[in-house]
Amino acid sequence: MTNASLIDFTLYLADSTLILGQRNGDWCGHGPVLEQDIAITNVTLDLIGQSRSFYQYAAQLIGNGCTEDQLAYWRNEREFKNALLCERPNGDWAQTILRQTFFSFYQRELFTQLLHGADTTLSAIAEKSLKEVRYHCRWSSEWVCRLGDGTQESHERMLAAVENLWPYVGELFVAAPYETALQIDTATLKSNWMDAITAVFTEATLPPPSLTSTFMHTGGKNGQHTEALGYLLAELQYVQRSYPGCEW
Amino acid sequence: MRAIAIDDNELQDCYALLGTIHDPEIPVLSILDLGIVRNIELLHSLQDTGHIRVTITATYTGCPAMDTIATLIRMELLKKGYKTIEIITAIAPAWTTDWMSEDGKEKLKRYGIAPPDKRFEIPTDGIACPQCGSSNTRLLSEFGSTACKSLLQCNDCAEPFDYFKCH
Repeated sequence: MTNASLIDFTLYLADSTLILGQRNGDWCGHGPVLEQDIAITNVTLDLIGQSRSFYQYAAQLIGNGCTEDQLAYWRNEREFKNALLCERPNGDWAQTILRQTFFSFYQRELFTQLLHGADTTLSAIAEKSLKEVRYHCRWSSEWVCRLGDGTQESHERMLAAVENLWPYVGELFVAAPYETALQIDTATLKSNWMDAITAVFTEATLPPPSLTSTFMHTGGKNGQHTEALGYLLAELQYVQRSYPGCEW
Repeated sequence: MRAIAIDDNELQDCYALLGTIHDPEIPVLSILDLGIVRNIELLHSLQDTGHIRVTITATYTGCPAMDTIATLIRMELLKKGYKTIEIITAIAPAWTTDWMSEDGKEKLKRYGIAPPDKRFEIPTDGIACPQCGSSNTRLLSEFGSTACKSLLQCNDCAEPFDYFKCH
């Protein structure tokens, strides 16, 4: 394992949680009901917190005075390694909730592997984050069931969300070179994740998912993104780009 | 590392001082009650060069109170006369509500927040109302006013209340 792989992998974790956090944050003040508005923004807070832990570690590994803010605000689209799933637009509540469920269950499996990994800092961040992630898994998957097994309208919206997001889940299980270097077992990740998601889909009365049924987009882990990321970063980075170094 | 013998009384004073710093989100709890102060190391006493290291840990990774708490600790120690103050945020071992003091749990309850309860690892109906003590309560939302709380309502006295989640 080279230091470069460890930095890239840490940035992948940092970018994915930051970008999904930024997406979810858009719901602040727009949730379907007050309690769920608070819930999604609390999930967001956890994601941004995890993201900060990963950026701080990456900055420390990079050295030369690198800071978490530089990594979040001063890198361009092609330098971001987040999973494509995280940058997909919010759509309606069904799409946001399904995206969260897919990602939280992925985090749960990945962080469980990191607990026993060689890098003690990543293990420590994973252990701390898992407490939050388990909560996110429960809350978001309950919503998938509520909508999937709800009214005809909510069921149709959940089906549309699956159709929109499913082509972006395959990438999670295609190992990037830095994941291979860190011996991330994507095969086990994939089978555990599929078991968990299949169970949720069954309860939600959604058709069983299949990872081979459709074309899967890849590239995010190596900096090739969908058009959605550029717009997101423009908003996320605007203040630092306009007023470099500003603090409040 | 230590240049001269450290006075244990001075260390005790430091703990007492940190006991006066309160969580900005839950002002009834001190940072000692919350269990986020993991260690205080007096490297050089006040009589010497006044070098102190405080290790704290975050409750939730994204808790916005942490930066404020670190600043408050620094301010208090500066006022006390320390010249070199290191504040280290430890990630491991991960903070747990098991580290909250019994005294802290009592204070929470009196303040109107139901304290963490092992029987309710996952927040559900039935968590005792901190106002009237009734267990005839219902969960309104798994998420409350901050990352560490859930929202419930009492069916008997009708008061809504926060529950500090087990973590």
